[in-house]
Amino acid sequence: MAAVEKEPINEPLITGEHTYADFDEQIGRLVLHQSAHGRPWQAMLAIGILGAHLLLLAIGVLLWQGIGVWGNNQPVAWGFDIINFVWWIGIGHAGTLISAVLLLVRQQWRNSINRFAEAMTIFAVMCAGLYPLLHTGRPWVAYWLFPYPNVLAMWPNFRSPLVWDVFAVSTYATISILFWFFGLIPDFATLRDKATTPLVKKIYGLLAMGWRGSAQHWSRYESAYLILAGLSTPLVLSVHSIVSLDFAVSIVPGWNVTLFPPYFVAGAVFAGFAMVLTFAIPLRKIYKLDHLITDLHLDWMAKIMLTTGLIVFYGYLMEVYYSFLGNEYEMFMTSNRFSGPYATLFWLLWFFNGLLPLILFIPKNRRNTKILLLVSTGVSIGMWLERFVIIPMSLHRDYLPSSWQMYYPTVWDIMMFAGTIFFFITLMFLFVRFLPFINIFEVKDLKYRMEKQRDGGGH
Amino acid sequence: MGHGHEPKDLLYGISAEFDHADDLMRAANRAREAGYKVMDAYTPFPIHGLDEAIGFRDSKVAYSIFFAGLAGFLGGLALTYYTSVIDYPLNIGGRPKFSWPSFFPIMYECTILLAGITAVFGCLAFNGLPRPNHPVFNANNFERASQDRFFLCIERKDEAFDKVETKKFMDSLGAIKVDFVYADEEGW
Repeated sequence: MAAVEKEPINEPLITGEHTYADFDEQIGRLVLHQSAHGRPWQAMLAIGILGAHLLLLAIGVLLWQGIGVWGNNQPVAWGFDIINFVWWIGIGHAGTLISAVLLLVRQQWRNSINRFAEAMTIFAVMCAGLYPLLHTGRPWVAYWLFPYPNVLAMWPNFRSPLVWDVFAVSTYATISILFWFFGLIPDFATLRDKATTPLVKKIYGLLAMGWRGSAQHWSRYESAYLILAGLSTPLVLSVHSIVSLDFAVSIVPGWNVTLFPPYFVAGAVFAGFAMVLTFAIPLRKIYKLDHLITDLHLDWMAKIMLTTGLIVFYGYLMEVYYSFLGNEYEMFMTSNRFSGPYATLFWLLWFFNGLLPLILFIPKNRRNTKILLLVSTGVSIGMWLERFVIIPMSLHRDYLPSSWQMYYPTVWDIMMFAGTIFFFITLMFLFVRFLPFINIFEVKDLKYRMEKQRDGGGH
Repeated sequence: MGHGHEPKDLLYGISAEFDHADDLMRAANRAREAGYKVMDAYTPFPIHGLDEAIGFRDSKVAYSIFFAGLAGFLGGLALTYYTSVIDYPLNIGGRPKFSWPSFFPIMYECTILLAGITAVFGCLAFNGLPRPNHPVFNANNFERASQDRFFLCIERKDEAFDKVETKKFMDSLGAIKVDFVYADEEGW
């Protein structure tokens, strides 16, 4: 990877003066010493673990009673399960985007945020995967979804978007985990060498697999990492496109829209960046890392959120426009969204995803952590509402008025949703404790480049 | 050791420790110009051009990823073709048995999956990892190679290696410290 010249860095991505060892100290300390984590960490982990029991309970009841405990009915066969599946998987996408796409287009500001964005991806995909798995009602035979020679002499129907989904999501989960672990190897070596207790040294030593930072190893590592990023980029686009085809391939009014794949992908990035900001802002404050996750990072993340938000809002406008060009069913679906029984949720969606992000046009707001937190929380809610608008609102009044029915989530639906959020929080805070949540070696690399540039030399 | 042989000299190479990446780069270039071929540099982060400076060039990783991706693509094609056309044909909406556009997502995901797995495990395998023990770990102060120091090690396997001359040459590179590196056991 010799002739890789990077974009000039105009604004410092790391502020203040640091030596390489300072980074090891600042980031490694969080992993190697419990004392680096104060009350906020303890409180969040406790809340997470306690709350995650809701998930256990909800799953337990579901397995005992069957999916009748959920609010799904006919015609609304897809309710909270698919809403939350799509919501979670969308959240995951910013991680891959930051890691892969920004690496590919040589955006160095990804270095401080990619690691925990990737972790977020994996945890979000874990939460997402629970839903379709449990929606089958008999998760212990979920392997029937995979093609394997069986005594029934049957194969999955490869023309079905639902089977594409199985392939896309499982590939996505596998590649995300590999990408994440691969990026961690050199940092495991740093932790191995910094650890003071034999047990910790052994654990990180095992994980580092004997990494010794050899130039030959780095050379292969960098080419593999770059190719992996190149593979993940179309993968992340394909996953959400395929998820959107679950809807778009059908003939349900409100679903049968060719706009879905790109607009779902934009929505996923939108939701993902909102979640990255929701975590990055408190973390950098608690652990005093504003010199690594600078205002510039926040500003750029906000810009991406604004851009994808505009794409999503354009999608909403197009859906309305299409439907009035379409047939009476499409027109009815749209007017049902405007003024039907769930109209409040629809207008809230337009507020959270369409109007609220517009305040990010003002540069000052993009660097104000309070406003960013407000907007990103709003976007998370908005993206959830988007899936609600698409799924139950399209299904509950379909072609046959005689089959119309309202959809209401039950307490088990809500408990399971809340449970996954707590589960996610638990995993995130365990991650912050046991793994370096900022990429140590890439930050060093960035410092080296910034120095080179300051000294006016290339190479 | 042992096996009834004379105890061998366990010298693995000579290492030099630098505190700046640019010094290492200069040293590596000079070593290559001085005719050394078997050497390696150890750094806490990737330094572009260092692989060329130590005379290393290898694209096995890229090739193996390409072929794995190709195998994934063809494997996906074979899977969908065999199952949907030969073994268990289904008539869905009167579509042709081999309605390949709807099989494409499967072929695509198989491509990425195989290529991605190969990227990670191929890179590790070609690098000879996992390998928790390596003579270079015995180099003085080597735990800082993953933190903030930069090492160059000329190995004894090099034809131009000479215990005295090479040491002299390494001393002239302006390193913080130059040291002999010994292996723990035979075979180096």
